[in-house]
Amino acid sequence: MKWKKIFIYAAIACCNGTGDVMLKRGMDDLGQIQMGNWTHIFSAFLNPWIILGIACLTGFFYSYLTALSWADLTFVLPATAMGYVVTAVWSQYFLHEHISMWRWSGVLLITCGVGLVARGPSRTEHPEKIVELEGTKAKAAEIQHELA
Amino acid sequence: MNLLKVWTAIGMLVVASSTGDILLSAAMKRIGDLDAIRTEHGFLAVIRRVASNRLFLIALGCLIFSFFCLLTALSWGDASLVAPASASLTFICSAVMAKFILHENVDRRRWLAAALVCIGVALLAKSN
Repeated sequence: MKWKKIFIYAAIACCNGTGDVMLKRGMDDLGQIQMGNWTHIFSAFLNPWIILGIACLTGFFYSYLTALSWADLTFVLPATAMGYVVTAVWSQYFLHEHISMWRWSGVLLITCGVGLVARGPSRTEHPEKIVELEGTKAKAAEIQHELA
Repeated sequence: MNLLKVWTAIGMLVVASSTGDILLSAAMKRIGDLDAIRTEHGFLAVIRRVASNRLFLIALGCLIFSFFCLLTALSWGDASLVAPASASLTFICSAVMAKFILHENVDRRRWLAAALVCIGVALLAKSN
């Protein structure tokens, strides 16, 4: 269970961060979108970097859906934030944007926040719902008994 | 003017993607554990079940719209501003919606983490 959490966190973060950087690289090739010719945005789908970015984000989406199927949204969200740490690292080494000390301290804070949530429980249990369900079950059994 | 354009795109992106996240989370909870479905019925069954869920399709609509906002915002501003700025706002927006709409137990640990992540993301957006 613990490894499952770590693996899904890593998959979400890497795919998300890498995907965004690829998109930025592709949009740099494309140039600015103007309101006058907004249909220009559709030519983005022919750019290899955009296609690669979309592939990464598809991987992200699948891992995100899987995580959401067994964990709370507020548990999964920090994993997506971890993606921005990946984005920062790629921005420096691949897009050659300058990453200042401020930005690295931001990376550190996000990492702390993610670590905090990841160590906690992954899913909210609703005790009142369980009680409710037990009550319904008991009532059903009673009716069944009466019918018999 | 350019900054106003960027922030308008970011604002639309935040609302659309938080709504999408909430709907997505609700849809996935109804469908059930994807890992379990995959090991039992195979990968195609996962796709079939997810794609036939109406809540999921509405969520997807929201997310596609927010994706176009993201592409537009990225073409107007730096990736290192647009990505973190939209992220931190979406983060708070989604956490609040998760608490009040999905009734998730957002305890002190999660609020603290949310605050840390938001400050971290704001620092990421800070230019020198």
